[in-house]
Amino acid sequence: MSMDWLQTIGQKTLRFFQRTGRAVIFLVHVLSGLKMLVQRPRLLIRELYSVGVLSLLIIIFSGLFVGMVLSLLGYVTLVDFGAEGSLGVLVSLSLVRELGPVLTALLFSGRAGSALTAEIGLMKATEQLASMEMMAVDPIKRIITPRLIAGILSLPILTAIFMAIGIYSGFLVGGVWLGVDEGSFWSQMQAKVDFQHDVVNGFIKSFIFGIVVTWIAVFEGYDAAPTSAGVSEATTRSVVHSALAILALDFVLTSIMFGI
Amino acid sequence: MPNSLIKISDLTFSYRGRTIFSDLNLDIAEGKVSAIMGPSGTGKTTLLRLIGGQLIPNQGNVMVEGKSIPSLSNKQLYQSRRRMGMLFQSGALLTDLSVFENIAFPIREHYDFPESIIRDLVFMKLEIVGLRGAYKLMPSELSGGMSRRVALARAIVLDPVLMMYDEPFTGLDPITLGTIVSLIKELNQALGMTSILVSHDVKEVLSIADEVHILSNGIVAASGSPDELQNSDSDWVQQFLQGLPDGPVPFHYPATDYAQSLKEDIK
Ligand SMILES: Nc1ncnc2c1ncn2[C@@H]1O[C@H](COP(=O)(O)OP(=O)(O)OP(=O)(O)O)[C@@H](O)[C@H]1O
Ligand SMILES: [Mg+2]
Repeated sequence: MSMDWLQTIGQKTLRFFQRTGRAVIFLVHVLSGLKMLVQRPRLLIRELYSVGVLSLLIIIFSGLFVGMVLSLLGYVTLVDFGAEGSLGVLVSLSLVRELGPVLTALLFSGRAGSALTAEIGLMKATEQLASMEMMAVDPIKRIITPRLIAGILSLPILTAIFMAIGIYSGFLVGGVWLGVDEGSFWSQMQAKVDFQHDVVNGFIKSFIFGIVVTWIAVFEGYDAAPTSAGVSEATTRSVVHSALAILALDFVLTSIMFGI
Repeated sequence: MPNSLIKISDLTFSYRGRTIFSDLNLDIAEGKVSAIMGPSGTGKTTLLRLIGGQLIPNQGNVMVEGKSIPSLSNKQLYQSRRRMGMLFQSGALLTDLSVFENIAFPIREHYDFPESIIRDLVFMKLEIVGLRGAYKLMPSELSGGMSRRVALARAIVLDPVLMMYDEPFTGLDPITLGTIVSLIKELNQALGMTSILVSHDVKEVLSIADEVHILSNGIVAASGSPDELQNSDSDWVQQFLQGLPDGPVPFHYPATDYAQSLKEDIK
């Protein structure tokens, strides 16, 4: 009985490492398609549109509301200490260091990552990838590489948009609605937010999340069992694994970047 | 005896422990139409995938044009595939491209032709399969038979040396069927294409094939010209060609005895 249990754990661990190994080999193959992408930038531009531009709306809306809530809650706390002038610092630091990269990545994986997984999984299930192979077109280079690169490029840009909108909507709530002094809102923010330490680190996070989320999404799609159940499982896995990876990586990165 | 374009020797292949081929030997003659027949599930599609290098044999070798497909590098394999065309059993059109763009796809991927030449090539092939008027449609707007005709046009658009047809006749109306049958013969004769034709339609196959190979139980059970097979004195071949339900070829996928399994369920 206990041996069964051990065996299951052993099998699961083994399968996990096998799968990770496959994912790494896959990534190397995907990156070997970069040359083609340089020669045919149009392939990338199309994917930038469907992965990046089409994610804009949800990112803008989320940024808007997150900024407003942050500002509201921050004000309620700060005003008790007469420190509402630091509202700008609080809103911008939260967004730049933490909420911007993490929330954008989570939203991105739900909006774009799941779509990538389902699209690639279905292309596999309907033998579109196999037929490309027989037309002597490497589907990994032709289909996957542009999508991976588009994801990696899009996420930091979306994150920047999320941050900017969040900060501005934070200002609208704090400065315009609640009457925090406009001058101290912006000037304290400028004084306390360090470009290198905060902004650059926030973007490093977002860049790493972009790689991980898109890599998971395209790999899950490519590795999906070629059936409807297989594609639906892969899509779920893509979103769940991305979320776990984002949160775990965020902890690691935060402790390296901002830890003592 | 013409040269063999494809030489398959001692091929053994299994899907996760289930053996599909064991020590299969098969030569495909250059410039001929070779038909591959056999009961459903014997591995005809699998054999085409082994020839195209999409599956790797467990043992044995697949030589195409003197190259050993399983041992080619990825790059060499893609080089070899440029000379092959395959019509998938499912059609496998790219669903986000129109009929025109599907057929143009292999041209655009491999050559830098001006748009006017691409147009001419695509419309020429569409005309052959009788679908020139449908060039604007998306794959989701096509019927099953139309999809396979588009897929056929796409497979032949670059005039491959080796053309593999996986069940090209299913789902076609009698008129289209006749056209496609003669098209396969014409492509073969006019362009000297070597054609491998997987099909269950005995009458059509016997009318155009130069050679017929019947697969069963992981090996080539019978080979010969259509005449030779029709005059064969093997019960097995006769049963297969005449489509008799009873005989040496089992209709069922291997299973336990039906009556027995019903009793077991009741217990
Ligand atoms: N991906 C796969 N994984 C496991 N087994 C498979 C797979 N594909 C096919 N098989 C098995 O291999 C056998 C041969 O399949 P294949 O598709 O080559 O048959 P076929 O001769 O083309 O049949 P049909 O005439 O019905 O198209 C089948 O019995 C099937 O169960
Ligand atoms: Mg088949």
